[in-house]
Amino acid sequence: MRDFSYLRAGSIDAARQAAALPGAMLLAGGTTLIDLAKCGVAEPETLVDITHLKGLDSIEVSERGATIGTLAKMGHVADHADIKSRFPAVSEALWQAASAQIRNMATIGGNLMQRTRCPYFRDPSNFPACNKREPGSGCSAIGGVTRGHAVLGTSDACIAMYPGDLAVALVAFDAIVHLGQRQIPVDDFFLLPGATPDKEHAIEPGEMITAIEIPSLASARRSTYLKIRDRQSYEFAAASAAVGIEFEADGRTIRDLRVALGGVATKPWRARAVEDALKGKVLEPDAVRAASLLAVEGAVDHGANHYKIELAPRVVARAILKMGETA
Amino acid sequence: MTRTTVPVHLDINGDHHELQLEPRVTLLDALRDRLGLTGTKKGCDHGQCGACTVHVDGERVLACLTLAAQVEGRTVTTIEGLAREGEMHPVQAAFLEQDAFQCGYCTPGQIMSAVACIREGHAGSDEEIREYMAGNLCRCGAYPHIVAAVRQAALEVQS
Repeated sequence: MRDFSYLRAGSIDAARQAAALPGAMLLAGGTTLIDLAKCGVAEPETLVDITHLKGLDSIEVSERGATIGTLAKMGHVADHADIKSRFPAVSEALWQAASAQIRNMATIGGNLMQRTRCPYFRDPSNFPACNKREPGSGCSAIGGVTRGHAVLGTSDACIAMYPGDLAVALVAFDAIVHLGQRQIPVDDFFLLPGATPDKEHAIEPGEMITAIEIPSLASARRSTYLKIRDRQSYEFAAASAAVGIEFEADGRTIRDLRVALGGVATKPWRARAVEDALKGKVLEPDAVRAASLLAVEGAVDHGANHYKIELAPRVVARAILKMGETA
Repeated sequence: MTRTTVPVHLDINGDHHELQLEPRVTLLDALRDRLGLTGTKKGCDHGQCGACTVHVDGERVLACLTLAAQVEGRTVTTIEGLAREGEMHPVQAAFLEQDAFQCGYCTPGQIMSAVACIREGHAGSDEEIREYMAGNLCRCGAYPHIVAAVRQAALEVQS
């Protein structure tokens, strides 16, 4: 790991100003950044430590929704009683992510800035070509070992998978990212790779995530996060789904449905086609399974990751049917 | 660019240490190489194995992904700080009694993780113990005995 200068920010404004300088990066939990610095992927000149800032780790839940400070730890949010009762998919996505140790370190804001686990991205000495690391250098993954790569949202420049869980639940429920002066929907915060896979987030130098806001929704209250993976725990998703459902008064007809996918796309992937196909319909297994196939419309595989195209709709269908059983 | 060391004040197991460190030095390397506290192990050094688990302000974290400079002003507990007046911590005693290790390399991390797991209230069943101890790998595969040790210690600590 190359050495760097270390600054401890005394205020949000000081942190923003220091991090806007060339070569500077914000340091929160460090679970991505220190790891990538050891890999030789991140080469910061200066780290601006924001973990000592006060008042940014609150978790406030009201009738309007939840507001989670950027420095709240993943583990604390997962265990928060009101998050568990009003946003079960958010809690479940969090406790199924990483390990207990990492959840005690990693912050909510930092979680949104998590980088891909693409092994070619993480290994610059053996794989110099990576458009995400070095724009224009090519993609080592295309034509390589692709079992863990994305099938949705890919481009000719990059097929790296977005590895996180929390943001999948957040896009399902239209969460908002607070960047101090401005706020943007979390779905717009994550960018498709297109021709510029190095640009992953709609955040500019000098900006810092200050909070995440999740609006109160009936569908968020009856929600779940289903994560299928190679190991039972402490593993990234082979495919996952955040699903929330609201029924009409009859308890059978779907008034609102939220579906988002993880483990299969280049960003947290909202599956609106599945939602639209089932809204207004009675929840019925065959219809759910048929509609769930729409989750992978437009999917493109690169060989070894083909299984995700079959797996993802099954995960979606199972999650929707599970939520139906609780009606 | 010339790099300078920075003064870092660390509170480890109740002892205060003044060190001059490069900012990139992790808590793990500061513990092992500068303070001689080699009970905390370096396994993967990338946050994947849990061998370096310590407590910061009472919560389990990974020392390999924590900069030493970041924990200034916080209290750090390592495996060396668990025993009280020569008496093993109940989790240490349970690991011994249940034969919860073979080579022993992951054991300090397992024990630090288990102490926190019980304190968090995540040791209510074998299934829950397995889930909340998943961040500590044991390549000898002593998992059944580790679960038994955590279960035994959880009952003792709670009673």
